[in-house]
Amino acid sequence: MKIALLSALNAERAKRAAAVLVTDLESGEQRVVKGGQLKKDPLSDALQEQLRLGKSGTVEDQGRRYFLTVQSPPVRILVTGAVHISQALAPMAKLLDFEVTIVDPRTAFASPERFPKVALHAVWPDAYLAQHPLDRYTALVALTHDPKIDDVALIAALEADCFYIGALGSKRTHAKRVERLQKAGFGEAQIARISAPIGLDIGAATPAEIALATLGQLVAALRKTQAVRAQPKVVAAR
Amino acid sequence: MVASECDILAKAEEWAKENRGVALATVIETWGSAPRPVGSHLIIDENGSFLGSVSGGCVEGEVVTEAMDVIETGKSKMLEFGVADESAWRVGLSCGGRIKVYVEKLEP
Repeated sequence: MKIALLSALNAERAKRAAAVLVTDLESGEQRVVKGGQLKKDPLSDALQEQLRLGKSGTVEDQGRRYFLTVQSPPVRILVTGAVHISQALAPMAKLLDFEVTIVDPRTAFASPERFPKVALHAVWPDAYLAQHPLDRYTALVALTHDPKIDDVALIAALEADCFYIGALGSKRTHAKRVERLQKAGFGEAQIARISAPIGLDIGAATPAEIALATLGQLVAALRKTQAVRAQPKVVAAR
Repeated sequence: MVASECDILAKAEEWAKENRGVALATVIETWGSAPRPVGSHLIIDENGSFLGSVSGGCVEGEVVTEAMDVIETGKSKMLEFGVADESAWRVGLSCGGRIKVYVEKLEP
């Protein structure tokens, strides 16, 4: 592979853009197809399908075999609430290779002493989101169960089609949240994208166990349902 | 921290820009229970330093050896590993799967 191609691939990832490296397995010829050029490529359908699945793989076209190295942007997690659960979730997520950012305007919570080596922003979510918009490769974990803090982020996450959206809170808290989101104009299917009460049902009792249940659910959303999609619509499968 | 596929490709670029001879190994196909999914990468430099994985540690040694040859000749190779290999006792996948690994040199 030409180093220039590898640089192009790495540059796309740095921009959080999807890209595919196409290798002709017979000739060894290679090209990088950026997200915006997908439709014009001769292997367009196959490229879009592999990207949708988020999986690398071999495809055949007119008797030639090509290997597609699919590169989806790295997964990020935005957490609202610098709470006890977040203190456990941040190091666990780091170990799983997810980039974590915590936002909480309450400076008593969002203190570096409580969150060593974590990207921490003691600002309101709307201020943070104006600078760092969400995308479909980002997960939102809302942990304050304070509507003043969580709702703005939840709405932004629904609009950005984040691959995972989880919100802490009892069934009653969530019922009230659903009412607010309905008033904000969200439909049933959209609101159903929010996992609440948050996390897999593993009987989690401690903050760390809730963090584990949440990350388990997040990974399932990422890997099991192929929710991370470069294309919202399914194209004709080959 | 455990390096992700992305970190590995970034590292490959870094190594190549340091004028080290670098090869990239990629899992192209898997059959049965293979330990690492298609698209997994292992990078190797001319001294045999490596990062990433293409199996659970079963065949990396062999891939590194082949990769050093690829770095020297510049010719890509397709490697296949599985329990059915006659070299099964030496290198092979104890899990019973088979994998195909493409090894290519990073060229300026």
